Amino acid sequence: MEIPYTVETRPDTGLANGKLGIWLFLASEVMLFGALFSTYIILRNGAVEWPHGELNVWLGMANTFILIGSSVTMVMAWASLKLHDWAKHRLYLILTFVLAGVFLVNKYFEYASHFAKGEGPAHSTFLAIYFTLTGLHGLHIIGGMIVMAYFIGPGAKLWKKSPDQFANRIEYTGLYWHFVDLVWIFLFPVLYLL
Amino acid sequence: MSSDHHDVKKSVRSYFMVGAALFVFTVITVAVNQVHLAIPAAITVALIIATLKGSMVASVFMHLSNEKRWIYGALVLTVLGFLILMTVPSFTNMDNIGTPIHHEPAPHAASH
Repeated sequence: MEIPYTVETRPDTGLANGKLGIWLFLASEVMLFGALFSTYIILRNGAVEWPHGELNVWLGMANTFILIGSSVTMVMAWASLKLHDWAKHRLYLILTFVLAGVFLVNKYFEYASHFAKGEGPAHSTFLAIYFTLTGLHGLHIIGGMIVMAYFIGPGAKLWKKSPDQFANRIEYTGLYWHFVDLVWIFLFPVLYLL
Repeated sequence: MSSDHHDVKKSVRSYFMVGAALFVFTVITVAVNQVHLAIPAAITVALIIATLKGSMVASVFMHLSNEKRWIYGALVLTVLGFLILMTVPSFTNMDNIGTPIHHEPAPHAASH
């Protein structure tokens, strides 16, 4: 049996099911990260001192550029599909995947330098919330990369069978990816600058 | 979202423009941080810029500027929940409202 409303819109919502589904998922993600941001505020308000300059601002800034760049390539991967340019879609999606990988490599070096100095999550309240927030964000990056790898690899077959459904799937992946970028846009000043 | 071929072609330019604007805002955020403003001012400026950047991502990349009302409805509830979450930390200070602030001497100072 075919899953209904994967391409055509439902008469009651005016949306394809996947679109509403991904937005409801993102709503739950807002609450997940919101709870952790709330925790950050409580910890910071309760702290006698809050460290400054513990993190490498330039590495954080580079990672911000990388994620913003990946958001542009992700939306272009979707736009290329809408313009029926398969080659460009592949190029942009692979670029997004590579940029996500570069982000994680940077994060690895950042984590490694902390651990080398014995600065694990148990070292201070600041590092505890830093590792929790960036670790959860990093898991989201990995999740996004798995989905992208699927659409670069075996999932790409759907384009020939049902181009509109494939374009919708890339759109939903993009919505998730932009959300991951959006979270980082707030994490960067909160953790690295303030 | 309008998926019309012509509309998408027109949007491509705005995607690159917004991407460039996000780069510029990131540089501004870091530059302001190098000035070493007072903490409350630094927090305000950084969060205003982050909110601006976030709205650009949401409205242009996520196409929220032109969505269906079911999605807006879900997001209104989300924003409400998020605001409640952000308000919760202020309750932690409420036990101290009206209590005069007095500084306890440090333990080693008291022993002398």
